[in-house]
Amino acid sequence: MSGISPVQIFQDNATEERAENARLSSFVGAIAVGDLVKSTLGPKGMDKILQSLSTGEIMVTNDGATILKSIALDNAAAKILVNISKVQDDEVGDGTTSVCVLAAELLREGEKLVNQKIHPQTIVEGYRLASAAAYNALEAAAIDNSKNPSAFRQDLINIAKTTLSSKVLSQDKEHFAKLAVDAVLRLKGSTNLDNIQIIKKAGGRLIDSYLDEGFILDKKIGVNQPKRIENARILVANTPMDTDKIKIFGARVRVDATGKLAELERAERNKMKEKVEKIKAHGINCFVNRQLIYNWPEQLFADSGMMSIEHADFDGIERLALVTGGEIASTFDHPELVKLGHCDLIEEIIIGEDRLIKFSGVAAGEACTIVLRGATTHLLDEAERSLHDALCVLSQTVAEPRTLLGGGCAEMIMSKAVDEVAKVTPGKQAVACESFAKALRELPTILANNAGYDSSDLVAKLRAAHYSGNNTAGLDMYNGSIADMRTLGIVESFKLKKQVLMSASEATEMILRVDDIIRCAPRERTRE
Amino acid sequence: MSAVYAQDEYGRPIIIVREGQKKQRVSGIEAHKSHILAARAVANIVKTSLGPRGLDKILISPDGEITVTNDGATILTQMEVQHQIAKLLVQLSKSQDDEIGDGTTGVVVMAGALLEEADAMLDRGIHPIAIADGYERACNVAVAHLESIADTVPFDKNNTDMLMRTAKTSLGSKIVSKCHDKFAKMAVDAVLSVADLERKDVDFELIKVDGKMGGSLVDSVLVKGVVVDKDFSHPQMPKELKNCKIAILTCPFEPPKPKTKHQLDITSVEEYKNLQQYEKDKFNEMVKQVKDSGANLVICQWGFDDEANHLLMQNQLPAVRWVGGPEIELIAIATNGRIVPRFAELTPEKLGFAGTVKEVAFGTTKDRMLVIEECANSRAVTVFVRGGNKMIIDEAKRSLHDAICVVRNLVRDNRIVYGGGAAEITCSLAIEKAADQVSSIEQYAMRGFASALDAIPLALAENSGLSPIETLADVKSRHATENNPWLGIDCNLKGSNDMRKQFVFDPLLSKRSQFLLATQLVKMILKIDDVIMPGEIEG
Repeated sequence: MSGISPVQIFQDNATEERAENARLSSFVGAIAVGDLVKSTLGPKGMDKILQSLSTGEIMVTNDGATILKSIALDNAAAKILVNISKVQDDEVGDGTTSVCVLAAELLREGEKLVNQKIHPQTIVEGYRLASAAAYNALEAAAIDNSKNPSAFRQDLINIAKTTLSSKVLSQDKEHFAKLAVDAVLRLKGSTNLDNIQIIKKAGGRLIDSYLDEGFILDKKIGVNQPKRIENARILVANTPMDTDKIKIFGARVRVDATGKLAELERAERNKMKEKVEKIKAHGINCFVNRQLIYNWPEQLFADSGMMSIEHADFDGIERLALVTGGEIASTFDHPELVKLGHCDLIEEIIIGEDRLIKFSGVAAGEACTIVLRGATTHLLDEAERSLHDALCVLSQTVAEPRTLLGGGCAEMIMSKAVDEVAKVTPGKQAVACESFAKALRELPTILANNAGYDSSDLVAKLRAAHYSGNNTAGLDMYNGSIADMRTLGIVESFKLKKQVLMSASEATEMILRVDDIIRCAPRERTRE
Repeated sequence: MSAVYAQDEYGRPIIIVREGQKKQRVSGIEAHKSHILAARAVANIVKTSLGPRGLDKILISPDGEITVTNDGATILTQMEVQHQIAKLLVQLSKSQDDEIGDGTTGVVVMAGALLEEADAMLDRGIHPIAIADGYERACNVAVAHLESIADTVPFDKNNTDMLMRTAKTSLGSKIVSKCHDKFAKMAVDAVLSVADLERKDVDFELIKVDGKMGGSLVDSVLVKGVVVDKDFSHPQMPKELKNCKIAILTCPFEPPKPKTKHQLDITSVEEYKNLQQYEKDKFNEMVKQVKDSGANLVICQWGFDDEANHLLMQNQLPAVRWVGGPEIELIAIATNGRIVPRFAELTPEKLGFAGTVKEVAFGTTKDRMLVIEECANSRAVTVFVRGGNKMIIDEAKRSLHDAICVVRNLVRDNRIVYGGGAAEITCSLAIEKAADQVSSIEQYAMRGFASALDAIPLALAENSGLSPIETLADVKSRHATENNPWLGIDCNLKGSNDMRKQFVFDPLLSKRSQFLLATQLVKMILKIDDVIMPGEIEG
């Protein structure tokens, strides 16, 4: 072998794709991901079954982020799309499919432009112009109803309905929309969804699900303790109630006689008893602890007629503190300083065949519980995901109260604005702008296609409606016609649409700019 | 190749050279040629990312992680090359990165071009050492010429125009050019707020670049303070504090743990009770000491015991636990506080001060962050990058780092040269002129250096979709006829070749270091004429 033959500079299994090949690979990957999820878009979108390879478990879902998270992809561009969908999920909670589809459509158009020999950077410039124009159009079209509580509530209900209509809950969307809005409004502006607990119990129908006006804790009351307490004073605590360990490092018990051991044991018990006494001194009749409560203290509580609930996990404790207005205590020396929680009634209730503890008539009530009922666990899981999406969007809308119209209306407004910009842009960027507008129009097209309507006809009609000044027109997916979205009440959150637009165009830019993919040799997997 | 072996009298083989253990050896001109090829292969990879219209690369790590980047140093380090000479080039771009922070692509492209020229000269029978010497001379001419054409840019805290423009030149080739002004401004503000203009020094420790997924690049902000990825230790502590006096502790709110090995034996009930009491007192004492110092916020490097946590809460002392070492230092610098290793040493003078401390929640996840603002010492800043996906945030962070480095270089030495290939073209002309006066064989090497310098404007023009040779010839002739050293390639198609009017600046330091480093490396590669690799041992 002579030294001047092509030199291998990478490791053995590394590959490099350049220029056209690299672009082809990223376009194909991204478009494939888009096509994969696009059939779930819209009220008539279909679900997917995901089967785990290792355990064979089955998941039925309509949620873009869940679908994409579960697929093992090997394509770089596809991975970027999965990532934006995940970010969308973290940031707004819904629109995870839309963001992927939009990015894929933008890339599909981008591919055509590259094939026309337009420099990728020129396309990027055009897309930037277009996305700025689209954003301005979105902002102009957004409506803020937060000053008017009843209108705002109606907005929220509409948003929830729009979100839920593409999900498994669409049959009972009125019911769930109301439920979700009530739950979110109880948070009083906090976006921490941990405070909404969703309890899933198989059995019953979806419509039997309800928002509890109090709070439900999925735990048991200690033995021999009252199962019902009226006018409860609750101490929410996080403290060890097994044996109080000595925390000083290196300490250990060393005794030389059994007698002394017994004494020590007694001292230990006394210590626990003291602790219980101190807790009792708070004047409470219910004690909820995050950690375990051993039999001995539990019995002590039972003796004094108090209710004790052990092992409420961290979220449960936090929620309970929020609901009852008490503080989470770990020391008990100053009863006068500890804020206790209050509620009118604590009782054990039975849902399905499980016993739960219900706190009703709570003081602060900044957390709540939704009990979901349904026929199968798969259904319940999907219902929970759908409801979670709705809750996320609602809580974000409470923080950013502007709203937009759905049903392809917002997309059409953006597309119109982008077209206007294209008309006045000199140079090749205009071509890219037009493509951007076209990609935006793909979203209503997919909506119509998924519903089985004649998409070319409908979208053309919709576009005509917008150009003749009717900028509230959208697609009515139940009748297959153009209708006024405001009267139909199909509303979406501004933040959602904004994030979809921004993420999708950022990801597109990023992928368009790539002209080289270098794949390092995969790390050798050694079995241990 | 099969193993080489002999047989003893019974027919058993004696292995002389084990199979597959043959040493690989390349030497002489062959070695040179092979090295040059490898170096060119590396240079060709990064060449297309040069300039404002250069493109990005996707790098897939051995674990399937994806990086999308335009930064030469990142591309080279992450592509895990195996070839020895390629590794040298990786090192080269790394040293440019460490020294200057920007221009990592340019330096590799230049080294590649120099080696390519050397290849042609080797074919003509010029000795490698003669080439190396010629390059050295040419480099000296180039550096001297650079200094003669460099312009000084005036700037101060209020007049940051020039700094902005230089930062923009650096950011122009990156994805963040979407919000060009914003990022350039963030970079300049960040540097200026920590810069010590007297000593011409910028302490990078004080600039933290942090990122969080979500939102868009436009939402990125420069926080005049510190952002810590932590939340308050007790869920019921207030989420926003004003006028905070901060106790910065590196001791845990836990019972003391002596370092020496010890044992504490409990032998009687009495002792057991005493110990209990001691424990309780200890906690109370700790909280009291903090409270007595006048602090109303505790930042601690370690964890809290549940009891301590509640005591803090009861005493209205909001606290943050598990704050990492570098972050705690940053907080200490920013708030002018002292890091206190023992509760007993806590005094009011050692407390830090911050105007506001608030917990910020993001999106629908549980992630919360602590923003410490209006600090006593305004010199610590945090750039907080937002973006639609993880890759874009990483890339934005790298781009910002580059821009910050460029601005820092200007603070150090405010001389600039013009970008867009202008500096390279004028140096190339200067070298050609100087070459004619050299009598030895090095003349050829110097001419080689001059034409290698053309590689950068050529690549720029090519990446911008211009006809490279035509454009370069045109600009070069204008350099000669108009005697105007700031003509470059019009990458953005603005219709002017005058880089002075387009405000495309590079710090002199960066250009000079590119020339010096590339020449040094090429000299080194040219001196290698033999590579011996031990064969792989099989089995």
